[in-house]
Amino acid sequence: MRKEEHWEFWLYIAGQTPKSILALENITKYSKEHIRANYTIEVIDLLKSPQLAEVAEIFAIPTLVRKIPKPLRKIIGDLSNKEKVLIGLSIRPIITDGK
Amino acid sequence: MRQSNTIFSKTPTGVTGLDEITGGGLPKGRPTLICGTAGSGKTVLAMQFLIKGITEYNEPGVFMSFEESAKDLTQNARSLGFDLERSIVQKKLKIDYVRVERSEIQETGEYDLEGLFIRLGHAIDSIGARRVVLDTIESLFSGLNNTAILRSEIRRLFQWLREKGVTTIITGERGDSTLTRQGLEEYVSDCVIVLDFRVIEQIATRRLRIVKYRGSTHGTNEYPFLIDEDGVSVLPITSLKLTHTTSTDVISTGLPGLDKLFDGGGYYRGNCTLITGSAGTAKTILASYFALNSCRQKEKVLYFSFEESPDQLTRNMLSVGINLKPYIKSKLLLVHSSRPSLHGLEMHLLSLHKYILEFQPRTIVIDPISSLVTIGSRGEVSAMLSRLLDMLKMHQISALITSLTHAQPINYNAMAEEAISSLVDTWIKLRNEERNGNRVRSLYIEKSRGMGHSTEIRDFIITNEGIKILNADSVTQQSGNGAEKIHQFSGNGSKRKR
Repeated sequence: MRKEEHWEFWLYIAGQTPKSILALENITKYSKEHIRANYTIEVIDLLKSPQLAEVAEIFAIPTLVRKIPKPLRKIIGDLSNKEKVLIGLSIRPIITDGK
Repeated sequence: MRQSNTIFSKTPTGVTGLDEITGGGLPKGRPTLICGTAGSGKTVLAMQFLIKGITEYNEPGVFMSFEESAKDLTQNARSLGFDLERSIVQKKLKIDYVRVERSEIQETGEYDLEGLFIRLGHAIDSIGARRVVLDTIESLFSGLNNTAILRSEIRRLFQWLREKGVTTIITGERGDSTLTRQGLEEYVSDCVIVLDFRVIEQIATRRLRIVKYRGSTHGTNEYPFLIDEDGVSVLPITSLKLTHTTSTDVISTGLPGLDKLFDGGGYYRGNCTLITGSAGTAKTILASYFALNSCRQKEKVLYFSFEESPDQLTRNMLSVGINLKPYIKSKLLLVHSSRPSLHGLEMHLLSLHKYILEFQPRTIVIDPISSLVTIGSRGEVSAMLSRLLDMLKMHQISALITSLTHAQPINYNAMAEEAISSLVDTWIKLRNEERNGNRVRSLYIEKSRGMGHSTEIRDFIITNEGIKILNADSVTQQSGNGAEKIHQFSGNGSKRKR
């Protein structure tokens, strides 16, 4: 059941740009609203650790990576389209959830 | 743009021929666009630019690939003789494979390609790269939807590369009406090179053309190029001028009887001699004499045979007393046989050029050039020959070229002769005609630039000891009666056809 469920997001940014800030706000909001289980959001600033860009195969900023649960999912952009983000991350919206 | 009109410095590509037609290489510290159809050699050329940068100019390079993984690239490069792994270990080369898979990526809202900039910047800084290749950045367009963002970001990327001061090659796939599918040529205003791969009459030819090179003169023609085990080589054939120095050295034709017909006692070194004649007039034998003589002088000879294999040639020549084998063994003589239909004309020229550069002969023989003529149109043949001869003259290589003509004066087949005769310095005509129920071979010198020569038509016979040129007396005495002369010599050995 849900007790094992754990969500882990990594958000790749390059400095505090408006797009990145917006993306962080969005994913935080969606997670709060729709994920009942534990979740963590880690922000990685590629300006500070540029070597991670190649390792994580990042080319666009911001990029949100769903590390857990598997499989890996990637969404690029400021995450402003809620519906698309939820589908992209396979988060079932809470209103229709739990039935 | 903001560039001043100073002379731009250039970054040599290290690609044979390309640096010549670009007047020294690609614009230093600026991006160059190389576009072409699929399989036209863009990646190979770009890779070679990086490798040569590392091996010859000590300039580390970054290869950012959007299509092939580092593993595939390494493998492909190995087939061209480049060891990428070693360069990577030595921190001279960095390959970064940017995988953009549409099915794995969702797009929502605004984004930029700062991640790509950071990756590239990090790669450049980590090895101190001076050269960068982006192959093929347009792949981004098939992986991502927002073309407006991509366009502005790619424009920004090129600007950023300029500011970084790295010399960059960007490859692009040829579009229908534009040079590249996404019109990248609008953003790269410095240098644009187009590669082309054409098949005409079943023969494939690769061509390269510089469409634009801001602030620099460049060759504007289409230049054929070759991709082989050494990578790309471009032949800047039409840039050659008539400025070669000439020699007053005289070298023997290899046949004392023939030498005597020239006032100077042979050909000038670096001259080009044409021997024409119908089938069986001993063109190859005369050519072999010339080759043999050169070998005896310890001068290297490169023999291009378009009709016979090396074995066949040595066997046939042995039958007339010319033993080429020892010289092949001692590597003074290299016989290179290939079928005329193997390549297009330009490719033949290129491979001749390559062999000549590698082997560094003092003498070359092309036997026969008329075989090549069968694969090209008249204009092409003439252009190709003039390029070839210019190249030989530039290198002071003596050349002997044979050409087959038909016994009867049939106009259409005089093509090779016509195309070449004005280019050569010496022209010897061989004949094999019927006189009094016998076939009689004869030769005469049609022209000899810069050297007086006999105007006689000399009969000759072929014995198993070689060619015997009959002396002029017997000709004058017995003119019109070749048959008797043959009888004189029939005891010397069996007559042979070539």
